[in-house]
Amino acid sequence: MRPDLVNDLFELTGEHLALVLSAIAVAMLIGVPLGILLTRREGPRQWLLGFASVMQTIPSLALFGFLIPIPFIGGIGKRTVIIALVLYALLPILRNTFVGIMSVDAAVCESAVAMGLTSGEMLRKVQLPLAAPTILAGIRVATVATIGTATIAAAIGGGGLGVFIFRGVASVDTAQILAGAVPAALIALAADGGLGWVERKLSRA
Amino acid sequence: MPLVEFRNVSYEVGGRQILSDVNFTVDPGETLVLLGRSGSGKTTALKMTNGMLFPTRGEVLVEGRPTTVWDPIRLKRHIGYVIQEVGLFPHFTVAENVGLVPTLEGWPVRDVQQRVERLLADMGLPPAEYLGRYPRQLSGGQRQRVGVARALAADPPLLLFDEPFGALDPVTRVELQRQFLDLRRNLRKTSIFVTHDVREALRLGTRIGLLTRGRLEVAADPQTFRNARTEEAVAFLGSLD
Repeated sequence: MRPDLVNDLFELTGEHLALVLSAIAVAMLIGVPLGILLTRREGPRQWLLGFASVMQTIPSLALFGFLIPIPFIGGIGKRTVIIALVLYALLPILRNTFVGIMSVDAAVCESAVAMGLTSGEMLRKVQLPLAAPTILAGIRVATVATIGTATIAAAIGGGGLGVFIFRGVASVDTAQILAGAVPAALIALAADGGLGWVERKLSRA
Repeated sequence: MPLVEFRNVSYEVGGRQILSDVNFTVDPGETLVLLGRSGSGKTTALKMTNGMLFPTRGEVLVEGRPTTVWDPIRLKRHIGYVIQEVGLFPHFTVAENVGLVPTLEGWPVRDVQQRVERLLADMGLPPAEYLGRYPRQLSGGQRQRVGVARALAADPPLLLFDEPFGALDPVTRVELQRQFLDLRRNLRKTSIFVTHDVREALRLGTRIGLLTRGRLEVAADPQTFRNARTEEAVAFLGSLD
């Protein structure tokens, strides 16, 4: 590999991972509690799941573009990128949390109520553990997708492996495009494999 | 004082009358069997006893206090409940399932352990062999035994059974019925037992209440029940031979 690319590789990979990890962390902090809330409140259910679905249909480059002129949350840079990535990652996490809890066996929930579990105990001891594999599957889908989408961050100054790809495209430099695309693909494969392993561990329990 | 008392209890949901003006009492040590067809309101009556449902008219008293006055969590932990599909937690071992309510009640770990081992032994499941198993590693009959042990765990004075043996094969069912009678003899628990099987009602009940479309038709001891002449009682007794 060309020495000029090696120098940047570590920095850009680190930047890329930081973007993905912070976006997934924020999406989990919003998506999981919101998913739990939806199992208990019917009112906002359609509305919120609909909103999260619409976010997914917006092409990523367009979404970055839309965010730039918005005051406070928009602009150029990492913050805007993370907000866009969170909006994408939200749906799989939110939906899988909701579906995972709703599909816990009705007889199990009924016996938990009959035994006098409070709704908090029910959530912690019964619903969340049984929904964990489904919730994790959502996090896995969101993570893998986010690793790919984050390459577009470079378009609005967010950094990451996309910097190689955009530079490579602009200067018709295949080696540089590959220097961005190959590590991104490898990170995605590793994340998919790792989270898949945890998921299998959880479903066996 | 009766342990449970239904006073003019009616229950209506979505314009449908599930229970109409039901009255009965259950004294300590009794087993009241509520017999009836599907949809006769027997499960509804059971769920009213531990406050999973509340009457739309009338009141249900447990130990002399209306269920609406009880703290809902206290009331449920004060009454053991065994449901048909067992509802064991699939991610808990047998020991964790049985020990759940005592643990939530803050019993010391050592006491919970002793209690769980004792109950499993009582139910004919050698603790050494079964403590660490998961529900999916048990047969239907064993699962139901664990379900009964779980209901007994915090030593409640009253037990509710919702067609607990309905899904079992006939041999296992008779075994569990025999075990139920042994338990009653040894532990002197009071129970309300819901079933659609008149044979089971006659075998287990000290009193039988026949529910027909939400009304309590007959409430009598098994001998008297055998001679009951209401249409529904005759229909049920006719299924005996």
